[in-house]
Amino acid sequence: MFLKKILKDDRGGQVFLTILLVVSILVPLSNLLVPEGSTFHLSTYTVTLLGKYLTYALLAIAVDLVWGILGILSLGHGAFFALGGYAMGMYLMRQIGDRGVYGNPELPDFMVFLNWSELPWFWQGFDQFWFAAVMVVLIPGLLAFVFGWLAFRSRVTGVYLSIMTQALTYALMLAFFRNELGFGGNNGLTDFKDILGFSLQSDATRVGLFIASAVALAFGYLSCRAIVQSKLGRVAIAVRDSEDRLRFIGYRVENVKLWIFTFSAILAGIAGALYVPQVAIINPGEFSPLLSIEMVIWVAIGGRSTLYGAVIGAILVNFSKTYFTGAFPEIWLYALGGLFIFATMFLPRGVAGLFKKNEAAQA
Amino acid sequence: MSTLDTVRSAMRRDEVFESLKPDINPNLNVSKDIILYLDDVSVSFDGFKAINNLNLYINDGELRCIIGPNGAGKTTMMDIITGRTRADTGTVYFGQTMNLLRMTEPEISNAGIGRKFQKPTVFENHTVFENLELSMKCDKGVWATLFAKLTGEQRDNIEQVLVKIGLQENVMLRAGSLSHGQKQWLEIGMLLIQRPRLLLVDEPVAGMTHQEMEKTGELLTSLAGEHSVVVVEHDMDFVRSIARTVTVLHQGSVLSEGTMDEVQNDPRVVEVYLGS
Repeated sequence: MFLKKILKDDRGGQVFLTILLVVSILVPLSNLLVPEGSTFHLSTYTVTLLGKYLTYALLAIAVDLVWGILGILSLGHGAFFALGGYAMGMYLMRQIGDRGVYGNPELPDFMVFLNWSELPWFWQGFDQFWFAAVMVVLIPGLLAFVFGWLAFRSRVTGVYLSIMTQALTYALMLAFFRNELGFGGNNGLTDFKDILGFSLQSDATRVGLFIASAVALAFGYLSCRAIVQSKLGRVAIAVRDSEDRLRFIGYRVENVKLWIFTFSAILAGIAGALYVPQVAIINPGEFSPLLSIEMVIWVAIGGRSTLYGAVIGAILVNFSKTYFTGAFPEIWLYALGGLFIFATMFLPRGVAGLFKKNEAAQA
Repeated sequence: MSTLDTVRSAMRRDEVFESLKPDINPNLNVSKDIILYLDDVSVSFDGFKAINNLNLYINDGELRCIIGPNGAGKTTMMDIITGRTRADTGTVYFGQTMNLLRMTEPEISNAGIGRKFQKPTVFENHTVFENLELSMKCDKGVWATLFAKLTGEQRDNIEQVLVKIGLQENVMLRAGSLSHGQKQWLEIGMLLIQRPRLLLVDEPVAGMTHQEMEKTGELLTSLAGEHSVVVVEHDMDFVRSIARTVTVLHQGSVLSEGTMDEVQNDPRVVEVYLGS
């Protein structure tokens, strides 16, 4: 019914969701049920790594929605990702309780270290999971809404907008590096113990987080796909291709941009919130402009404006990153550059372009 | 307006304050049979007066052709009417009540003024059908668009327009793959489906073959009556074939107005076109 309608003309999406379903059944099984030492056993490390890739894939979909469909090249999606991550990190921080190094039941370690005597007001409420979950959605969404409202109303487009998004994430990075801001400064938030009462070290929790990431990715994909399928999706593509014309037809282009941009930022925030418990740390480095640019490269390599292409790109690039930084750490950046050049020259429509050679509509 | 004028107008007892007058009246009022008023409009770009005290009135339901040499201000005039360029002075009213100078492009479009650009601008990555669907007159808010479904009536509407512009065979084709002339027609179709009261058509036959031109002429004349149509065109033969009233613009103001013959015999027009 609903699912069928969304995926009707989306061969790539059908394949992608099927693979995702199979993977999210097989991976937990081979980790929890297959005994260690067997060839089919997956280590918990690998499960967590895969979970991390899935959150990156969700982030890539968010980037593709604004860049590939709406035509806004955002070089600052890392900011929304990191903000979602920080909201989750704050919850995990409060869960540590008195098991920290200083044993203070109320204050996280870094606050004790800074000689703070009480919890700042913006940390209130983060001991509740539901509150943190609301913030994961609200903070990135609100930032995107305010930023978008100002930028799109004054009709900032193209390169200028990209530079502004870049400046946004850079400014946030500098702010979060400061200890006085109260988010752990340079070191960020780490040393997490448990989530919702489950220990983060246990295999079962890791698998749970992996499945949660897979579910979030599937929902993220389906909701983006539903937007693309609707008339709003066609309007968004028209914004990308000829925004001026659309104004004369009677659409408020700035509102279309604003809502899709905000939605995309929320998806990025959710991805960040799932990412943090799996990598067990969040620090201001996540705001780094370089990372935001890397996200765009994932999408470009995977294939712009197909959504599932973004997933392929994110997983492909991050897998090679894991491999290269392990095997030949010194050549990783060259490899990334090479991959990007290769994709631009031989796969102008990304890896996804290989699958749909003759479908010109997505050019 | 100088401060003194502002004070004076605030003191007038036969009118309400300027700020209290409603800008946008959703009901187009053409009780005086005139659909578009341009009064004393001037625009300058960096000192160059593109439009210079232009006065132009378009009757409800008429087909008006506007000609003039390059740089006469024809396109700028359309930009002002559709809200793309702001006038420095003067007033522009749609019907008796709608002040176009205070409305944004989408508001003007939704009020009933459609525009075809000089260069055909259709959405190349969408099919012909989708191009029409996007342009259709309906609620264009974000939420309404997200949940929009085509009703049977709307489908019929699209079908009718397709017949009118002669693109029934190409419904599912990407607009980008249409020929130049077909793109022009599609764009006219995108105008029609918005059901505007006033159509502004900028150079509809540029780059068309003779047959295509004829077809376009028929299409435009058939629209007059139900809609008011303003056509800006360079091609004199084409203008002669469709025009009833012709307005000649020169250096941003009206040089001459009348039937094609009157205008062509006007010595001032001859001078502008042929040089002194």
